[in-house]
Amino acid sequence: MSSRIVITGIGVRAPGASGTKEFWDLLSSGRTATRRISFFDPSPYRSQVAGECDFDPESEGLSAREIRRMDRATQFAVACADDAIVDSGLEVNRLDPHRVGVSLGSAVAASTSLDVEYQILSDAGRRWTVSPEYLSPHMFDYLTPGVMPAELAWRIGAEGPVTMVSNGCTSGLDAVGNAVQVIRDGAADIMLAGATDTPITPIVVACFDAIKATTTYNNDPEHASRPFDASRNGFVLAEGSAMFVLETLEHATNRGAHIYAEVSGYATRSNAYHMTGLKKDGREMAEAIGAALAEARKNPEDLDYINAHGSGTKQNDWHETAALKRSLGLHAYETPVSSIKSMVGHSLGAIGSVEIAASLLAIENNVVPPTANLHEADPECDLDYVPVTARERRVDTVLSVGSGFGGFQSAIVLNRPGGTR
Amino acid sequence: MTTAVVTGLGVVAPNGLGTEDFWKATLDGRDGIGQITRFDPAPYAAKRAGEVLDFDSSEHISVRLLPQTDISTRFALAAADWALVDAEVKPSAHIDYDMSVVTSNAFGGFEFTHRELRKLWSKGPEHVSVYESFAWFYAVNTGQISIRHGMRGPSKALVAEQAGGLDAIGHARRTIRQGVGLVVTGGVDSALDPWGWAAQLSGGRVSATAYQPFDVNASGYIPGEGGAILVVEELAAARRRGTGQVYGAITGYASTFDPAPGSSRPPALRRAIELALADAGLTPTQVDVVFADAAGDSALDLQEAEALSAVFGPSGVPVTAPKALTGRLYSGGGPLDVVAALLSIRDSVIPATANVDEVPADYRIDLVRGEPRYQTVSHALVLARGKWGFNAAIVISALGD
Amino acid sequence: MRKAITTDDLRHILARCVGIEEDGELEGEILDQTFEALGYDSLALMETAAVLQREFGVVIPDDELFNTDTPRALLDRANRAVANAG
Repeated sequence: MSSRIVITGIGVRAPGASGTKEFWDLLSSGRTATRRISFFDPSPYRSQVAGECDFDPESEGLSAREIRRMDRATQFAVACADDAIVDSGLEVNRLDPHRVGVSLGSAVAASTSLDVEYQILSDAGRRWTVSPEYLSPHMFDYLTPGVMPAELAWRIGAEGPVTMVSNGCTSGLDAVGNAVQVIRDGAADIMLAGATDTPITPIVVACFDAIKATTTYNNDPEHASRPFDASRNGFVLAEGSAMFVLETLEHATNRGAHIYAEVSGYATRSNAYHMTGLKKDGREMAEAIGAALAEARKNPEDLDYINAHGSGTKQNDWHETAALKRSLGLHAYETPVSSIKSMVGHSLGAIGSVEIAASLLAIENNVVPPTANLHEADPECDLDYVPVTARERRVDTVLSVGSGFGGFQSAIVLNRPGGTR
Repeated sequence: MTTAVVTGLGVVAPNGLGTEDFWKATLDGRDGIGQITRFDPAPYAAKRAGEVLDFDSSEHISVRLLPQTDISTRFALAAADWALVDAEVKPSAHIDYDMSVVTSNAFGGFEFTHRELRKLWSKGPEHVSVYESFAWFYAVNTGQISIRHGMRGPSKALVAEQAGGLDAIGHARRTIRQGVGLVVTGGVDSALDPWGWAAQLSGGRVSATAYQPFDVNASGYIPGEGGAILVVEELAAARRRGTGQVYGAITGYASTFDPAPGSSRPPALRRAIELALADAGLTPTQVDVVFADAAGDSALDLQEAEALSAVFGPSGVPVTAPKALTGRLYSGGGPLDVVAALLSIRDSVIPATANVDEVPADYRIDLVRGEPRYQTVSHALVLARGKWGFNAAIVISALGD
Repeated sequence: MRKAITTDDLRHILARCVGIEEDGELEGEILDQTFEALGYDSLALMETAAVLQREFGVVIPDDELFNTDTPRALLDRANRAVANAG
């Protein structure tokens, strides 16, 4: 049970970033990549801003058949998986397929294709009974998204445990946490883990409109995502993906792999309070943070950086700030905290993995990414949120947290192997 | 090593609401499959499904939850309630972080989202319900159950088509081993609205006639709805709270994935079986019954039969598929088979597989047909396979003295 | 002048948006119980407000919506909006 698990490969697609280098350039420069929605006419919607990716499946190397078959979210995950494998230096055809698995997170999976197919089958909603003659042969793949981790497994020849973790907006943390547990259980040596979501589609925009969770800064899209700022008024919906190669420290060391970080602690708790609401006290997120730190054998003072959920809704910002104080005490005030959602928006289930990528790169570069668009903090948000400008500092140990619909509260601790005090 | 035991069962099945109704129907060979009643299936190539017809939502679900839940979530909430009552668990008497929820879900709240998409495209975005944001997504049942019972321990929702339900129970055992005292687990699915039905048909394996697993005339499966929710506890914790009832233990679990289509490598079901038996510390001869995945497709049935005879020898173990009476329930299928396996242990009886007239000789399996077979069951193997290559295997064992 | 929203109208809306126990639930004293006591959360209020807007053309700003704490207060607030709309 004590085996140490490390991350040796990263692949990421995020708004403004078609790869790891661009992603880090964006974050470390504090630029934002949110814009007015261009995928469809957003004018009938309350929130018209999103973090869109300029993703071109052809130039990603996907075949015409693959592009036809795969939902956009799957395409994102495949592109990231390819990058992560190359980055890790693994030669997948030399691995024992039985010892390789996949743990993919996604909150709303094939929502893009479902929305499109529905319009076709129902004559734009005119009929309740749909027309089977217009049915896509891939409709079953969109109905139930098991095909998404399956595509990844086929790509790398994985025949070990393969599954999808769908824990709403903490899926990206929980899929990686799940992969760690699978390796510790002895069921695999190598896991391809991460998450994907491409929810910028009318039904998803409309459902967040309905609960007024998304921003209405439609006239200022680049500055619409304002976590912790007094003027914030909701999150900015986004798309993205990040995938990682996880393996035991021993395996990575033996093959001389570059190690980004060890996943030293992970925990998740549920608030059992409300499907969308959060209590102001942050109790359950604090509990998850405490449990993750305990598993990592770290103390609050060991943390060099906290990668926040920081969605930019009032209730989240208060909840999360309270959770950090509750779990870390005075160290909450002394540790830099930032939200990259200020730059790349909130890609639902994917964002937890995108934020793990940011955390790994913070360790790699000894730089803390900033919270963009933060000019005057909400008085109740009184931590050091690293406003506007990235900060150089030694980063050995990072805590990344997430919070999601359904009440999920998750925390993961990453640290430079051997680099801790 | 901790032991994960099942102390409570909750069943919503097409052929029985509640554990004992389902079990009686299963032993009597009574099915729950018929012409679809929720909508007119005339335009569709297949018209028969395993519908749950006797579930009155207003009877089982708090009215406050009705506007915000899909039918699948109502099934899940009711089944979870029944499992907790069956286990005589009072959640308020437990520490909140010591209770978790791990469910599987293949479709989310599909009918709910169908209605909301219809409103969106026929009336406009302002008509979409505030509840769409969570009534649809795959985590909905885990979230709603945790809220209803104040369960704050580590919880998850897993998706792996029909294999996901066993994965959830396997993950529940892992959660118990990590120190959580009680886990509500299992799976429930439903997508019997016109769009959900069309989408299921597009998978290409649905039979227009009958679900006849392992039969020479196997023509695909009949989809159903429902599933099962179980209460799993750490044995010592269950004993401490004074439960008199333990259905059995989860002694083995494994998950494997088939090679990519077109690969010359062997399918991975056999390895899942072997890994699960090894995990349980059992030899094949100790297994008394296999609850098969029973795809109802001749190529897949043959593959499963070959895996079974490779591990157990030709006709080396009784095999059954009570799901012929319910249809395939996706994430609900594996958990419902686990319920049947536990009741087989309790009542020393193996239910028969319905709808099978003739098993091809080259399958070389001892399929229990006609009448239930009365015999002691100490260890049962439950299999589930999901489209695209998922394999899951669970070993359920009688609790030794 | 547009028609005022009646208690019956509100009851029908709440039945759809929130779920109500039985026909009589919103009659008499219950009209004056707080939403919290009735078990209506903020989403239920938002859903109700959305229906009032779609079907009666009544717009209640969020901060005012969350300051109405009983069904009667919501009805009064909605009818003020109807009156103002003329």
